Amino acid sequence: MTALLPRRGLAQILALIVILAVDRVVSPQFFDLRLQDGRLFGSLIDVLNRGTPVALLSLGMVLVIATRGIDLSVGAVMAICGAIAASLADTHSLAVVLAAALGAGLICGLWNGFLVAVLGMQPIVATLILMVAGRGIAQLITEGRIVTFSSPDLVWLGNGSVLGLPVPVVIALGMLILTGAVVRGSALGLLIEATGGNARASELAGVGTRAMILSVYVWCGVCAALAGVIAAADIMGADANNAGLWLELDAILAVVIGGTSLFGGRFSLVLAVLGALIIQTMNTGILLSGYPPEFNLLVKAVVVLTVLLLQSPKLTGFAGIAARLRRTKP
Amino acid sequence: MILKALFAASATAALLLALPANAAELTIGFSQIGSESGWRAAETSVSKQEATKRKVNLKIADAQQKQENQIKAIRSFIAQNVDAIFLAPVVSTGWDSVLKEAKEAKIPVVLLDRDIDPSGKELYLTAVTSDSVHEGEVAGDWLAKTVGAKACNIVELQGTVGASVATNRKKGFDTAIAKHANLKVVRSQTGDFTRAKGKEVMESFIKAEGGGKNICAVYAHNDDMMVGAIQAMKEAGLKPGKDILTVSIDAVPDIFKAMVAGEANATVELTPNMAGPALDAVAAFKGKGTVPPKWIQTESKLYTAADDPQKIYDSKKGLGY
Repeated sequence: MTALLPRRGLAQILALIVILAVDRVVSPQFFDLRLQDGRLFGSLIDVLNRGTPVALLSLGMVLVIATRGIDLSVGAVMAICGAIAASLADTHSLAVVLAAALGAGLICGLWNGFLVAVLGMQPIVATLILMVAGRGIAQLITEGRIVTFSSPDLVWLGNGSVLGLPVPVVIALGMLILTGAVVRGSALGLLIEATGGNARASELAGVGTRAMILSVYVWCGVCAALAGVIAAADIMGADANNAGLWLELDAILAVVIGGTSLFGGRFSLVLAVLGALIIQTMNTGILLSGYPPEFNLLVKAVVVLTVLLLQSPKLTGFAGIAARLRRTKP
Repeated sequence: MILKALFAASATAALLLALPANAAELTIGFSQIGSESGWRAAETSVSKQEATKRKVNLKIADAQQKQENQIKAIRSFIAQNVDAIFLAPVVSTGWDSVLKEAKEAKIPVVLLDRDIDPSGKELYLTAVTSDSVHEGEVAGDWLAKTVGAKACNIVELQGTVGASVATNRKKGFDTAIAKHANLKVVRSQTGDFTRAKGKEVMESFIKAEGGGKNICAVYAHNDDMMVGAIQAMKEAGLKPGKDILTVSIDAVPDIFKAMVAGEANATVELTPNMAGPALDAVAAFKGKGTVPPKWIQTESKLYTAADDPQKIYDSKKGLGY
């Protein structure tokens, strides 16, 4: 378990606590919780529930970034898989719907992985292809409309609850534990980090870097598919134009806030999810604050900048230099 | 032989004489933006219906959101010497030269749904658009009338920040409720015109306003956000349409579904029928030379549960929304 939560998470936990405290100030009822129809109800639950799609995306994204890659297509994959799920929901069982949607995510991941690992394309360009084309594919599936459904099984995935917690939150938690168990319970995580640290050296040392890269993109696709199904289940419809729009950037931001370097070689799953929660805590706080919407993006930018500055080794370095200068002056 | 020729000639003459009776056989080119939204798809299918109704041959060119495609389409319509051109401009500037070409070819141009830059005003016959400020006013007036003298706290779901439709719908609503001291917008936040964001923002409004007890009405700049907000209210154990009044704009089919279920109260229609008034204006211009006013405003019709929402839903659901 210590491997899951390294000591370097201090800055992120601190940032989350500060943002939670600010939320409490702008909205006094922020920590209030009550039961509503057998389900916990309150702003904290909103943070967890609304943070789920980005948290799921960041679980896949963090592994891709650990191999020194990036996946820009996750938002579009969400739209495709949500559209598939919504189109099948009223005529097929939940198992078929999930299999089709997750299968589509897997294929999208395979495509990205094939372009990067086999054809050796730059990840940012390779995944840009699906980012652009994917939304078009989703629009073709929905024929440009919002496809609505009423299947209670799929609706439960978005709006149901288990032991008072919203189902999406439980799913995200399950995925975190599953991913953690697979990559940290075995040498897989180390091999992924090795691939990102120095692909050539790892290859020579006998690491199957091609298989590593392929598998992280596939996992990223599956995570995006799950996020897409949840997003569609939440609004009981698939909106191909807007589902997952710009969420790839939030997912990358969550990973970066979680302290994972874009140059690959090391990663933390828990901190990436924490990064997603930091983003959502801030978003919910902005919505509760009652400020005019023109300030939303500005506030977000300032908070993100502060969190990243807190982690910057140069800045802590500057503080050290300043301290030394003060000492040497007299 | 001569008799035969004479017969043929008279038959041709008869045919020619018969033509004016079918003078409605106009050919009109329509440069449509694309199909970026359900409303746009509905506009295209309603335009086809209206043209068929008037026996007009309507040629639709889909520009896929690109101005250069629209300019190409207009040039090809000019080359085909159509009777009139309909244009739903994707942007407001850059039309001067192609519209001049149409004017030189004596082909009238009618703008649909959106207006263009003022510098080109003399280059088109008329513009058929909706007044989005007026739409907001209709929504506000309905709410003021429904609430009466009771104090009412309103929460507002705005469209995308900076979008002119959002700014105008806010302005119109604010003007309408300014006359009533008992109506007050207590919270206003953007829901980006989408269901998902509408739901998320409404969830936070409910938490911030005492679990929804302090909210008397929701005003959303479009129906999609309202559909999301209705879900948020239901999940919070509130009864939308009863505990909290709803009024939104656009009149898409799904809001009528909510109205049938008693979960939505009112919507203001942004009619997809822009082509109907445009076709009438062109027919009058071609026939009697009547010059239409520079701006034909479409009706912003209010729909409530009293208007048989089930019937409207059935009539709208096939339009491609």
